[in-house]
Amino acid sequence: MDWDWQYSGDILPDLLDGLRYTVIATLAGYVIALVLGLVWTLLRRTPSRVFNQAIRWITEFIRSTPLIPQLYFVFFVLPAWGITIGSLTAGIITLGIHYSTYTAEVYRAGIADVPKGQWEACTALNLPRSRVWLDVILPQAIRRVIPTLGNYLIAMFKDSPMLLAINVAELLFSAYQVGSKSLQFLEPITMVGLLFVVVSVISSILVRRLERRYATN
Amino acid sequence: MPPTESDEVGPGGVGGRPSSESTDTEPESPTPKDSGDDAVPKGEGVSTEKGDAAAAPLPRGEAPGIRFEKVIKRFGHNVVLRELDFTVGPGERVTLIGPSGSGKTTILRLLMTLEKLDEGLIWIGDETLWHMERGGKRVPANQKHLHEMRKQVGMVFQQFNLFPNMNVLRNLTEGPVRVLGLSRDEAVERAKGLLDLVGLGDKIDSHPSQLSGGQQQRVAIARALAMQPRVLLLDEVTSALDPELVVGVQDLLRDIARQSDLTLLCVTHEMTFAKDISDRVLMFDGGQIVEEGPPDQIFGEPSEQRTRDFLQAVLAS
Repeated sequence: MDWDWQYSGDILPDLLDGLRYTVIATLAGYVIALVLGLVWTLLRRTPSRVFNQAIRWITEFIRSTPLIPQLYFVFFVLPAWGITIGSLTAGIITLGIHYSTYTAEVYRAGIADVPKGQWEACTALNLPRSRVWLDVILPQAIRRVIPTLGNYLIAMFKDSPMLLAINVAELLFSAYQVGSKSLQFLEPITMVGLLFVVVSVISSILVRRLERRYATN
Repeated sequence: MPPTESDEVGPGGVGGRPSSESTDTEPESPTPKDSGDDAVPKGEGVSTEKGDAAAAPLPRGEAPGIRFEKVIKRFGHNVVLRELDFTVGPGERVTLIGPSGSGKTTILRLLMTLEKLDEGLIWIGDETLWHMERGGKRVPANQKHLHEMRKQVGMVFQQFNLFPNMNVLRNLTEGPVRVLGLSRDEAVERAKGLLDLVGLGDKIDSHPSQLSGGQQQRVAIARALAMQPRVLLLDEVTSALDPELVVGVQDLLRDIARQSDLTLLCVTHEMTFAKDISDRVLMFDGGQIVEEGPPDQIFGEPSEQRTRDFLQAVLAS
């Protein structure tokens, strides 16, 4: 089995097209994960114990079930209840919700890491609850967890091929399609690996730069 | 709501002290024990923040007194304060000394509402801090009541607790803008005045991490003062500082004490500082006051053996 350069050049546009969907799904899912994760964390801090425990078990459930059944649920089961969404949207939403349960834990750790003295200074200054969170606690907590949150971006990127289970035309899906047309899989699948490496390396450089910019003293 | 208070809620009517003024329309603030009942009550519980010009950096006028009535505070099975009674007069400067674990810091933390009160009453001016009146009954305070009461109190911490994500200016304006409702310009003006007062006018754009411990503590003092409190609590404010920085911060606090008429409660292990900042010294041990008196008396000729032992141990270190 020899590497066919001609063939590689021919399929590259198809693969890049797939990569585009991979990146879109990852980034959009990541935004959902970042926002929803914070929402979970804050909901778990409400005074009602029952409510907190409910949130805790919901997130625990989502985190402990694999991504592919969740994708199937959103894409194949929800339409039975009248909720029909496109495959890319379903993929983005599922990826985002799934990872939001991880980022929620990250935020929680970051908030727990803010020194007690900061809360006490807020009380001494009589700051209202909203300001305590928005101006003092969250800026410090998030700064602390930027590296971890960045790693989840890369983890999500690497999990995005699972979206092929619901026919999202992402990178691996495109590679599979061109491969099955020509029955030559060496080039497309190897190129998928290379493209993933390239994007991952670029992202980790960006994440590290972000990390340095917001490094806590 | 001082004017609508029923007799049973007035501080004069509840405490052990005989009250000659319970029928007066003007509620009385606690007065220092040693000044007796002839001291004219001048304390007002409710402060009027808006009346103070932003240009005058130090709070003046109408400082409330403080009174603890049978205050009990426990941490688990450990009783930190046991039926503690004491009074601080309006504008009085009181230093709390005593071995660690004697409850001094807990007193400040209760006043700042950083710890919950277990039993008893704490009066600030003519209102209770941890209780409010509802339908003629005294009920536990809600958040709103605590918020109102806290406006009168400021605190400086041992570890400064500046907000590291904000520069010095923002540290000083956050409270005045968000809590007191000052305009941005007014708050900045006030912050500048206070930074000049603490000698850090040139550090307005610095971040806390760029400042020395002494400078951070000065900013923290300015931040507390920016809220225009009537009562200032100093919790071992020089304990975390390098020795050479201690004097500067102490001198600053001495100046502030001299130029303002804040009610001051100070926990410190610096006996010289305690001597010249305070009108009265309270010696604590085991959650109760062992001895109290003017600094000259406590440091010069303490009558209690426990005070003597404590002072000896502190001075030897």
